[in-house]
Amino acid sequence: MKSMNKTLLSAAMAVALTSTAAHADLSNDKVKIGVLADMGGVYADICGKGCVTAVEMAVEDFGGTVLGKPIEVVSADDQNKPDVGSAIVRKWIENEEVDVINGLVASSVTGAVTEVTTNAKKIAMIAASASDAFTTKSCSPYNAHWTYNVTALANGTVKPMVQGGKKKWFFITADYGFGHALEGIATKVIEEEGGEVVGAVRAPLGTTDFSSYILQVQASGAEVVGLANAGADFVNSLKTAAEFGLTDMMDVAGLLVFTPNAQALDPAIAGGMLATTGFYWDRDDESRAWSARFKERHGAIPAMPHAGAYSATMHYLNAVKATGTDDSDTVMKHMKANNPDDFFAKNATLRSDGRMVHDMYLIKIKKGSERTSPDDIFAIQSVIPGNEAFAPILPECDFK
Amino acid sequence: MATFLGINLFGLFGQLLVGLINGSFYALLSLGLAIIFGLLKIINFAQGAIYMLGAFGAYLGLQYLGIGYWAALIVVPLVVGLLGILMERFLIRPIANEDHLYSLLLTFGVALVLQGLFTHMFGSSGLSYAIPDALKGGTKLPFMYLPSYRAWIIIASLTVCFATWWMIEKTKLGAYLRAGTENAALMQAFGINVPLMVTLTFGFGVALAGFAGVMAAPVYSVSPDMGSSILIVVFAIVVIGGMGSIGGAIITGLGMGIVEGLTKYFYPEASNTVIFLVMVIVLLIKPAGLFGKEA
Repeated sequence: MKSMNKTLLSAAMAVALTSTAAHADLSNDKVKIGVLADMGGVYADICGKGCVTAVEMAVEDFGGTVLGKPIEVVSADDQNKPDVGSAIVRKWIENEEVDVINGLVASSVTGAVTEVTTNAKKIAMIAASASDAFTTKSCSPYNAHWTYNVTALANGTVKPMVQGGKKKWFFITADYGFGHALEGIATKVIEEEGGEVVGAVRAPLGTTDFSSYILQVQASGAEVVGLANAGADFVNSLKTAAEFGLTDMMDVAGLLVFTPNAQALDPAIAGGMLATTGFYWDRDDESRAWSARFKERHGAIPAMPHAGAYSATMHYLNAVKATGTDDSDTVMKHMKANNPDDFFAKNATLRSDGRMVHDMYLIKIKKGSERTSPDDIFAIQSVIPGNEAFAPILPECDFK
Repeated sequence: MATFLGINLFGLFGQLLVGLINGSFYALLSLGLAIIFGLLKIINFAQGAIYMLGAFGAYLGLQYLGIGYWAALIVVPLVVGLLGILMERFLIRPIANEDHLYSLLLTFGVALVLQGLFTHMFGSSGLSYAIPDALKGGTKLPFMYLPSYRAWIIIASLTVCFATWWMIEKTKLGAYLRAGTENAALMQAFGINVPLMVTLTFGFGVALAGFAGVMAAPVYSVSPDMGSSILIVVFAIVVIGGMGSIGGAIITGLGMGIVEGLTKYFYPEASNTVIFLVMVIVLLIKPAGLFGKEA
């Protein structure tokens, strides 16, 4: 009799539990995702409309509803301006019932936005920013930094080159927060591995002509020039390096190379260069299948933030479904306790500090003769395990 | 290695030469602006977008029409010049008698529309355009490696700049032009078609930017915002040279290229502000600019 009671009791509890899940505890009876990105500026190809498309794809693949309630996607252009970005997000959260933020490109914008989301206890899924601040000095229990960061780039690209005997480095650095952070972390890696930095120039963001800097690199006696910049700065500096014969004299390491930037370069110039990425479309059948669907809608192959935005959205929606709520603390706890696993996130885990640690890839840009199509640009050299690419958790950012 | 006062002289020569190369670009772009302002009193804020149009023209011509670099040097400025003529005829002419501010705002709007259109069509990452085969490679100078294409930039830009200066300042056609803008009614009375001359001059000034765009395509990233970043610098150069002074624009363009090159060598962080610093100083000492006539 006693055991009968126990069985009944557990059955009742099971019913009670499932019914909690069935009666969804969703604020405003929906889940609303706000995608904030650069829709028309320098980063538009990295995470602009493409990130919106990726999030929409995730919502559709999820079925369009969660717990029987609709999932909505809204998007806006932050113009790479922190004040614009944070004002939009504040309005979204306060007046438009947005539950979670995705996208987030320029690190300066992300810094301002995550302050707003943290105060409002809303989750920020950071798909495209490079700075490591969101899981270190500006860490927050509501940040989930998905695709990559500067530490992973420096560890991924710089370490194997120094270990391979390239000891003397020179940096051409974009003169703003991201460039300084990248140069700083790369310098640390170089010195730890027994190399030295023989010089660095800080070129203002948006510099068109890099020839002066290239002459300085040539005179420096370095073995490698590290390009601690991104986007058009990266393209222009590499083009000039090739024109002035620098690429024949020494190795060039691009510290942040997105697929659209690599496509913007003549293969004769960029071919052979090493870089680190969080995703490449042509990795396996799974990544190829998703990328083909993405390309059909977006018109170009995905850059790593696009794939990251999709993966982050899926993980969030799965957590909402599993916990039966869109309460940020509950969802975040579940996201950290359960590992993401999809075409993007391999051997992945969302750590307690909000860093999504996953396999990174050391790639080589293919030469023209190695390419079979305009999209065939990278060759994966090796897989960098997440714990080697990303820095360990800081005690002050260990949000259990 | 030769040094002087602790400065590596070879390095310095290299920077001077590189500065001169950039200066030739500045000269070409500011010349177009100076002509349009000096002769027509139109502040053309679309000049940067037109420079971008020139670079895209070279790219598109090659991709879709098989027009090579050399042909593009002629064809693209003509096409761009024609667009400029249409712009003058249908957009600027209707407000020609209003305050200069209106043409400034109008051309600024045109620039934004063009830039937005190209970002929409081609993305923001830029496109690649190869250096023509004949100009690949370079020469080893004692103090630096000079890529052949950079040498070509100096030669081509300076030739075009001085030919333009000579045409406007030294020929009969130039004299008509200057007289026509000075006193249109009088020139009309002599039987000169001043409105046509104005349209053609605007087209020519715009074509110069298109030419600079083609020159830039092989060395800089062909991207929708390439014009907006350079336009402000070029405006500062025109102000330093003296608004409307043709020779002033050329000389200042070259000079500022060198000043910027030296800044990149000694203190790179200031390289994108040094030209504005010079502008402030010049405006304080000589408000009309180095070569401008006092009003």
